[in-house]
Amino acid sequence: MPRRVAIVAAAPTRTSSHRTDVTYPELVYEAVSAALEQAGLQPGDIDAVAYGSMDPFDGVFAPERWNVEACAGAGAAHRPLMKITTGGTTGGSTALAGYYHVASGMFDAVLAVASQRVGETLEAQLVLNTAVDPVYERWSGVGAITVAALQAARHFWRYGTTEEDLALISVKNYENARSNPYAHLMRMLTVEDALNTRLVSWPLRLSDCCPSSDGACAIIFASEERARALSDRPAWVIGAGQITDNYWIGDRPWYEHWDSLSMLARRVYRQAKIADPLAELDVAELYNAFSIQEIIEYEALGFCEKGKGAELIRNGVTTMQGQLPVCPSGGVLCTNPIGASGLIRVAEAALQVMGKAEKRQVPGVRKALAHSWGATIGFHTLMVLGSEPP
Amino acid sequence: MTQEEPPLIIESRWDIPFRHTAGRLASHFFRALVEKKILALRCPRCRRVLIPPRPFCERCFVPLEEWVELGQQGTLEAFTICYARFTGLPDPPYCQMLVKLDGADSALMHLLGEVDLEDVEEAVKRIQVGMRLEAVWREERQGGIQDIRYFRPVS
Repeated sequence: MPRRVAIVAAAPTRTSSHRTDVTYPELVYEAVSAALEQAGLQPGDIDAVAYGSMDPFDGVFAPERWNVEACAGAGAAHRPLMKITTGGTTGGSTALAGYYHVASGMFDAVLAVASQRVGETLEAQLVLNTAVDPVYERWSGVGAITVAALQAARHFWRYGTTEEDLALISVKNYENARSNPYAHLMRMLTVEDALNTRLVSWPLRLSDCCPSSDGACAIIFASEERARALSDRPAWVIGAGQITDNYWIGDRPWYEHWDSLSMLARRVYRQAKIADPLAELDVAELYNAFSIQEIIEYEALGFCEKGKGAELIRNGVTTMQGQLPVCPSGGVLCTNPIGASGLIRVAEAALQVMGKAEKRQVPGVRKALAHSWGATIGFHTLMVLGSEPP
Repeated sequence: MTQEEPPLIIESRWDIPFRHTAGRLASHFFRALVEKKILALRCPRCRRVLIPPRPFCERCFVPLEEWVELGQQGTLEAFTICYARFTGLPDPPYCQMLVKLDGADSALMHLLGEVDLEDVEEAVKRIQVGMRLEAVWREERQGGIQDIRYFRPVS
């Protein structure tokens, strides 16, 4: 039986298109020291570190080595450190690694930290292109944007979703990001502005696509005993999991649906004893790197029926004032230090449960969902956090 | 040290040559392309015909050995038209798409050609999910996926 585990600290860093004010270790130090301070822990109180990043975006092989001293305050110098890389789910997997370490009973306090300097690569799309098959597919230029555009084209074709629907998603996220001091894009956006941004890959415009961001994030997972000693209101892990899908995206070209995410959601909701996610979740932080994906995620996560995702945003259900606010942080659409973005979703969900989300706080959050996708729309992670232990 | 001193930026690049083993299946598939034949592999258990050729069926976890020749025509499953220029990637605009060739149970990622992409409104009227496409071959075929130049709408 896994032990009860809670998050006692969650610290995303400030982000921008290039954090030239800090070196890479300074960026990681910013996250780790903030998490330690929030938890009231001293250097050395941490038993192990799970570290997430995707090396090619940083242009450094094994950046966890460069940054090991930034984790040393948390004990990494003479403690176990595990590196995690699973594409866009890297941060989500890093959170799972932190959780599993403590749930196993082998560690009492574990630091999950993820970092990415996408601002240091001058062509992130070229890096993403190296993630697709080198024998059959890479030559065609395929990368994250074009794959998301295939999802959009299918959703438009199957369900009549429009560019205006995508613009509503972008406007909602941009508006939310303005209340998040850790967001990258913090400018006003209207539907008209969105529809006037340049076309990147039809039907996706610039406002439908995430930026390249520098940023990091640290979370501390603790055993029940430590969590109760450290925090009056920790965020308990009440459901968590990961799922993979097959390598060849041509084997499942019904991109208007995200079947693997639906399967994972059913498993994780069962753990968290959630029957009706729209009614029972109080907030969701979804990995919406592209606007269309938030709509498909609503459907896959059971917030609505298949094909009805656009109606949720048209009816304001997922705005800050709606029944289920989605991405009070502004989401990945406004901030994407890729390997850290999944961990930021978990951090934002934790801050909501802990009542520490400041201007972006949703009142009275008892259950929060955090999601990430990666691996050319093949992998997902989910974590449900609650104000009460499982 | 004063706050006014601007931080230095150190430039670097990864320029690392690699060589990827295509394997016996891709090698056979590519040699067939020289003869204008598009091959796929049939799973002995679930009977799905899969392209690109791969050594085992991920559903049944059994080796794939039975080669099947696919049709030269197929159905457009999904597409996008990329208008942005990215360093090291193809010159825009280009239409990236997945085509399910006749006789196959999975779709092949390739490019769509012979449709004017400059005017997006016109292009997306012309290109429709479900439309019929056919392979257009290069004159000089070298045994690679680009021996198929692109797929075009069946007129």
